[in-house]
Amino acid sequence: MVHRIDDSPVRRKRPSPWLWLLLIPYPALLWVPFYNRVEPQILGFPFFYAYQMAFVVLTAIVTALVYAVTD
Amino acid sequence: MPVNWIALTVFVLCFAGVTVLGFASAHWRKGDLDLLHEWGLGGGTFGTLITWFLIGGDIYTAYTFIAVPAVAFGAGALAFFAVPYTTLIYPITFVVFPRMWSVCRRHGYITAADFVRGRFGNRWLALAVALTGLLATMPYIALQLVGLEVVIAGLGVTTEGLIGHLPLLIAFVILAAFTYTSGLRAPATIAVVKDLMIYIVIIAAVGVVVRTFGGFGPLFAAVPPEKLILPTPPAGSTGVYGVYASLALGSAAALFMYPHAITAILSSSTRNVIRRNSALLPAYSLVLAFLTLLGFMAIAVGVKAKPEYAALFARYSNQFAVPALILDIFPPWFAGFSFAAIGIGALVPAAIMSIAAANLWTRNIHLEFINPRATPAEESRMAKLVSLLVKFGALVFVLGIPKEYAINLQLLGGVWIIQTLPAVLIGLYTRWFNSWALLAGWAVGMAFGTLVVDANAFKNATYVLSVGGYQLPGYVAIYALAANLIVAVVVTLLVNMVLRPERRDATVAADYV
Repeated sequence: MVHRIDDSPVRRKRPSPWLWLLLIPYPALLWVPFYNRVEPQILGFPFFYAYQMAFVVLTAIVTALVYAVTD
Repeated sequence: MPVNWIALTVFVLCFAGVTVLGFASAHWRKGDLDLLHEWGLGGGTFGTLITWFLIGGDIYTAYTFIAVPAVAFGAGALAFFAVPYTTLIYPITFVVFPRMWSVCRRHGYITAADFVRGRFGNRWLALAVALTGLLATMPYIALQLVGLEVVIAGLGVTTEGLIGHLPLLIAFVILAAFTYTSGLRAPATIAVVKDLMIYIVIIAAVGVVVRTFGGFGPLFAAVPPEKLILPTPPAGSTGVYGVYASLALGSAAALFMYPHAITAILSSSTRNVIRRNSALLPAYSLVLAFLTLLGFMAIAVGVKAKPEYAALFARYSNQFAVPALILDIFPPWFAGFSFAAIGIGALVPAAIMSIAAANLWTRNIHLEFINPRATPAEESRMAKLVSLLVKFGALVFVLGIPKEYAINLQLLGGVWIIQTLPAVLIGLYTRWFNSWALLAGWAVGMAFGTLVVDANAFKNATYVLSVGGYQLPGYVAIYALAANLIVAVVVTLLVNMVLRPERRDATVAADYV
């Protein structure tokens, strides 16, 4: 393996601000008090389950959106 | 329990089908299988759809299908952490792994340790990453075989004694043979079949819920209220809330450090395949949510009280909940189909894991420390041989050691593998860390995590941090990673102060985009 040192000034492309959207699911799913209850039930699912399953779909939608608007 | 001949016949037919498929895969998108890159990464040609099936088949394993509902069956809501866990990995994947893919493709890296070797120029740090990968993967493969054994027992075939090992042995030989001949192409094609089967099983199970219970409302009503949601934490503690959140976050951060996950990522044909799949893979998380609810279905049906399952519950405890449920609600032929889906679900990840382990051994231990002059053909031959050894080791593990050990080692596996995150994942963004400091952090994290799990007598992976009289129980992987990072930062600062070490980074900024 060749080891060379790269000290050339880095031409950094500014990351797209859209990427911030990807942070949304983390507090939403990691802060348990947001969703740890039975009521309201949605389609028979206690809120605990309905909320987290909804966030699976929302996370996918947000990721797809970010995919579409960034390169 | 007597042998269920109809289910057994369907099961064997499905297995025979994927065996043929596994061997035929060698000819699919034909490449020179004497090259490690072709055998161990499928030539890096997989597009969006195949990668979707491959990663889906890779990380949602047979053991997941058995163990997660088993926790729901026994402990209740806590098991649902698998859903936020498998959701939160994808935004990370979207941002981080295209970088990983680019730098690895540019330099011909096929393992995470290859990347660390190039990025930090320190073979010992790369060795630590490779050994951690091997160590964490072995019990994971063993668990796939445990999952396989549970469904074989569900077919009514005895799994006790010397004869009882025979079905597992046959499945193992099939797995080893097609992995050897076809490499990563075999699990890629089989994953398509397996994932479709799993989707069919889940849709059927939801159908049964609607038909026999009249919807999900009555199903949840049958679950004891204390199992339905997490208990409220006591005063002065974050209680189960902290455990739930840290399990989700820690498992998500650990997952893509596993060699089998990285192998699947690196086998994709472009960066965009990874980005697209980050949006598409949550479909599996939704399936996993319904799978977890099978545990509640097993409660509602009352499988544990039924005398015909008593013997196998005694042998496999709650892990038998899903097989018992399947036998109870489905006709025998569909039970056989469902068991085949789970059983094939063991073969796919076991194959990818053994390939990933073989890549690690060949590249980062054999080529680096034992025989640097190996030709590409020798390299590939060595990897094929090691893939056999790794699986054989896992088999000995399953047959010779009590099952709890495999489960507990898997728990520990997550704690271990996350210790490679600073070098691998943070290493993708910065080379600020000194490589020896990363090695020191790794050692501290490994030791701390192992000691905590050992102090818990391997029963769980929770560590309780006390801050000013406030109790913060959480998944030890997170705490061990924090210790790892603190050591890595402090030692880097110290080293930079005392001497000015030369950087030996073989990669340049342009390699990452």
